[in-house]
Amino acid sequence: MELIELFLAFLQVGALSFGGGYAAIPLISRQAIDTYGWMTVEDFSDLVTIAEMTPGPIAINAATFIGMRVSGIPGALIATLGVILPSCIIVSLLAYLYYRFRKLTLIQGMLKSLRPAVVSMILAAGLTILIPTFFGNVTSLGNLLENTNYRAVLLFSAALLLLRKFRFNPIVVMLITGGAELAARLILKYLT
Amino acid sequence: MSTKKKLIKIFLSTLYLSAFTFGGGYVIVTLLKTKFVDELHWIDEKEMLDLVAIAQSSPGPIAVNGAIVVGYKLCGIPGICFAVLGAVIPPFFIIALISVAYNAFRSNEAVQAVLFGMRSGVCAVIASVVYDMASGIVKNKDMTGIILMFAAFTANFFFKVNVVYIILAAALIGVIRTLVEVRHGTH
Repeated sequence: MELIELFLAFLQVGALSFGGGYAAIPLISRQAIDTYGWMTVEDFSDLVTIAEMTPGPIAINAATFIGMRVSGIPGALIATLGVILPSCIIVSLLAYLYYRFRKLTLIQGMLKSLRPAVVSMILAAGLTILIPTFFGNVTSLGNLLENTNYRAVLLFSAALLLLRKFRFNPIVVMLITGGAELAARLILKYLT
Repeated sequence: MSTKKKLIKIFLSTLYLSAFTFGGGYVIVTLLKTKFVDELHWIDEKEMLDLVAIAQSSPGPIAVNGAIVVGYKLCGIPGICFAVLGAVIPPFFIIALISVAYNAFRSNEAVQAVLFGMRSGVCAVIASVVYDMASGIVKNKDMTGIILMFAAFTANFFFKVNVVYIILAAALIGVIRTLVEVRHGTH
């Protein structure tokens, strides 16, 4: 039963993630957190982090990771198969049509409208990771100021600066923020 | 070159590219072009651009889509199988190994600190990607696109509308818009 659920969930991710890796994130969180409850927001944030750090498409990383956790190697294989099956069918068909007709106006027109929607959904998925990171300890508006994680806000701002202004590689930026958090915790532990 | 040799070459190329490319599908598509157009001269430049457009405009991981178009062009269906296998094997094994060690790994305090810190980095990366994509749409003065962007965000973030419906609606709007433009001869 779980294998069928995994297959169907990742089939949807594969069939609907237009526009590359980041576009798959909202679809995966929808399936894994909301629909099937395979993971918490916390685990999902780790998954996105791990996927960013390792080579390969995020959708395949996520399918393998979630498949493994839900039902071991068979789960990982089924989920990965689900995520690539729509591509295999749709892209082969389009490649065939391309060599027959060499015209893609309609597809490119469709993509033009999909892109803005995809951008918004990537933003929304980013916010679902950002909000618990910054405000995880905030229980009401009254303690917003004292319970905000200012260190996370600072790391985020520094990371943005390194990415935009100094054109750092994203993986290097992530390693820096990870190392900085570890260093900060070690120093705080040493001082107290 | 014999078909068998060609298939092995396709498999090894996508395997290698998939194992060593960080940073998403757009990177791997560029590398596929370097390999098969500039280095091996198996595909000509103009054709490769069209194939890349197909890979990018289809759903699914762009790296896999790129492998499919190249595999199809060079060896048909067997080419697709070898190219996709090569693209999938590296991430599959790396993540399978990580997920086995994940629980032990996750309960370590130092690892927790690093993962938590990296979350801020991931958010910054996502923010940067969103900024680049959104400013492209705004700069093109694509009014429909800008409205779609706000509508999709409101529907998804505030009203929790299923992303599947948002994607299907946006695709439908795109098809209608293209058909109208073609009819008016503005395309």
